[in-house]
Amino acid sequence: MSGPADPIRLPPEPPPKPRLWRFSGGVSPPYNKTMSSVHETTVARLPARLILPLHQHIGEAADPLVKVGDQVLKGQQIARANGYVSAPVHAPTSGRITSIAEYPIPHPSGLSALCIVVDSDGRDQWRERAPLGDQFAALEPSALRNVIREAGIVGLGGAGFPTYIKLNPGHDKVIDTLVVNGVECEPYITCDDRLMRERPSDIIQGLIIARHALQARQCLIAIEENKPEAIEAMRRAIEGLENFAVVPVPTLYPQGDAKRLIKTLTGKEVPSNGLSMQIGVVVVNVGTAAAIYRAIYHDEPLISRYTTITGTAVAAPRNLEVLIGTPIRELLEQCAADSSDLGELIMGGPMMGFALQSIDLPVIKTTNCLLALARSKQPPAPTVMPCIRCGACMDACPVNLMPQQMYWHAKAKDFEKTQEYNLFDCIECGCCSYVCPSHLPLVQYYRYAKGEIWTAEREREKADLARTRHESRQARLEREKAEKEARRKAKQAAMPQDMGQQGREAKQAEIQAAMDRARQRRDEAIARVQHQREPTPPASAAAPDGSRPDDDHQT
Amino acid sequence: MLAAILALGLLAVAFGLMLGFASIRFKVEGDPIVDKIDALLPQTQCGQCGFPGCRPYATAIAGGEADINQCPPGGETTIIALADLLGRDPKPLNPENGAVKPKMVAIIDENICIGCTLCIQACPVDAILGAAKHMHTIIAAECTGCELCVAPCPVDCISMVPIQHNILTWKWPAPPPDMRPG
Ligand code: SF4
Ligand code: SF4
Ligand code: SF4
Repeated sequence: MSGPADPIRLPPEPPPKPRLWRFSGGVSPPYNKTMSSVHETTVARLPARLILPLHQHIGEAADPLVKVGDQVLKGQQIARANGYVSAPVHAPTSGRITSIAEYPIPHPSGLSALCIVVDSDGRDQWRERAPLGDQFAALEPSALRNVIREAGIVGLGGAGFPTYIKLNPGHDKVIDTLVVNGVECEPYITCDDRLMRERPSDIIQGLIIARHALQARQCLIAIEENKPEAIEAMRRAIEGLENFAVVPVPTLYPQGDAKRLIKTLTGKEVPSNGLSMQIGVVVVNVGTAAAIYRAIYHDEPLISRYTTITGTAVAAPRNLEVLIGTPIRELLEQCAADSSDLGELIMGGPMMGFALQSIDLPVIKTTNCLLALARSKQPPAPTVMPCIRCGACMDACPVNLMPQQMYWHAKAKDFEKTQEYNLFDCIECGCCSYVCPSHLPLVQYYRYAKGEIWTAEREREKADLARTRHESRQARLEREKAEKEARRKAKQAAMPQDMGQQGREAKQAEIQAAMDRARQRRDEAIARVQHQREPTPPASAAAPDGSRPDDDHQT
Repeated sequence: MLAAILALGLLAVAFGLMLGFASIRFKVEGDPIVDKIDALLPQTQCGQCGFPGCRPYATAIAGGEADINQCPPGGETTIIALADLLGRDPKPLNPENGAVKPKMVAIIDENICIGCTLCIQACPVDAILGAAKHMHTIIAAECTGCELCVAPCPVDCISMVPIQHNILTWKWPAPPPDMRPG
């Protein structure tokens, strides 16, 4: 594959190159990485106020454990995981809870969601910590996963999937290979690169823990060839470890996509709709591995991360170690961004990131990069032209899809057809839009189509529920009618046989007789009273028959 | 004594018969085309189509007594789906049946509610909880937004509000239409 080794670039003898496979398609956009990657990471200033969304991960939002006014310590859990696919949230510093309410969160929708606001007290005081340290090796994998779950660790590469679930392949599956994703193929982003250079042993320790949880045989650390320093640092960190290898992979976007990476490393394809676990591989991001190490060896939950602050609007681009919840505005200030010339602010990279509506949003667990582009340096938006059916998109697609067909059907709102073309295998990498000579916003069409399909599915479910409820209501009403009828009939039937019409007449007569008696007594009583009044008896004398005038009330 | 035993026995028999009758009566005859049409209707059960629910409307369509453009909650999507199923041309919604509105959910102002149960009787999907003289409340997840409970309320404490999107129900909008050169 490679030519004769360059004697200057390779100081110590590198290990033999493992065989690699090539996924189809892919593009090589300008990487724009060095502007931030050459600078050492610095710790961002402690913000006065942190906003912590309860939904920073895939799955259910966390449940608050605190109320407004509570005092919290750094690392204290302030919201617990709600269900299996969920993750807790921790206070990134000590302070007071000043609000639990909806605030805008970093999300493509620009919508608000429930957040916990912590006003820092400036002391940054930790809660009591009890690190497991080397004892983790004595723990059952399930207990270890629980520690990782309680530490709120989610995939830091972008998706935010709860890590403890990834580390749980189920007892019927054997995991052969743990792949560590240090590829970082997306332009501008350098947080993983810096982390590998600065904290290689944290990552390796985290991997040893993850490997124990998975009982995996080997561990491959994949890094794109354009990061020689990171490759070097990681190679040094695994010296002496068995079944660990650093694998430099070709620089090609989207090499960092888990399924593409698995193909590159193993030649195996993960089935459509399938999980990598099915072929015995689990992929974790380097940042996630480091977070696992901090949770086990420092009892430190996921409360901070490396984030790249870069882009044409940023005068001093670099990586910052930031507390989750820090307002983006403060980070931009610390990197000397010109907010008066801010054209677009993107969370993530230019290929897969999404635009943020405001700089007052907080950093969340998945904020790997903040890309601030200067308005004055933005090229004019290209004119969107009709598709010329050139097929460039198809050649670029790393998933072997037919982007052009999906585009036509999505545009015509024929979503069923888009699914026939495997819309849901699309990883939204943006290669097709990138190469399209007509500048069609292809990925936007796929996201739109996916959203429409999901919404239709939800509505279908709701309609089915309504149908069932309506039907059971109809049945209930009919049943109630039937029961009423049955009761009426039963009552009628319950009367003794010989007392049909006759019995009813007898009863009528009885009632009549009772009423007559009552009237009679009443008349008698009135007559008595009148009789007593006429001769005016002595004041204290009782009536001669001993009865009292108010007796008639009793009739 | 004998009368009582007899009465209870008869009661039991009568109940059993009635229940059996109801279950047969309500067994949906497997009319496949009605089922297929009904599956495409939104099940709001609002009656705007002029029929007392979605299934009666489906039956009417199948019987050729109703057109396919009479369901406002379903809107264009439903009309296209029905046209597809029945091999007809789609047509715009009949304005006599109403207009397409955003999806709504009913809310009871619990301070005003007098617990009269009239809304419970009106709700086609039993989505209102409450007992006589006790405040009522709506199970939002089961409310179809049919508005049938609004009119019967004697104290006007039920209002319809549009369903708010949250980050879980939000979807990407359609891209802007392509521009032509020039
Ligand atoms: S690259 Fe663009 S113009 Fe070419 S076929 Fe694909 S969508 Fe059409
Ligand atoms: S966005 Fe989807 S269709 Fe386009 S290249 Fe990537 S995977 Fe293929
Ligand atoms: S108009 Fe209302 S009752 Fe009629 S089919 Fe549509 S949702 Fe069902």
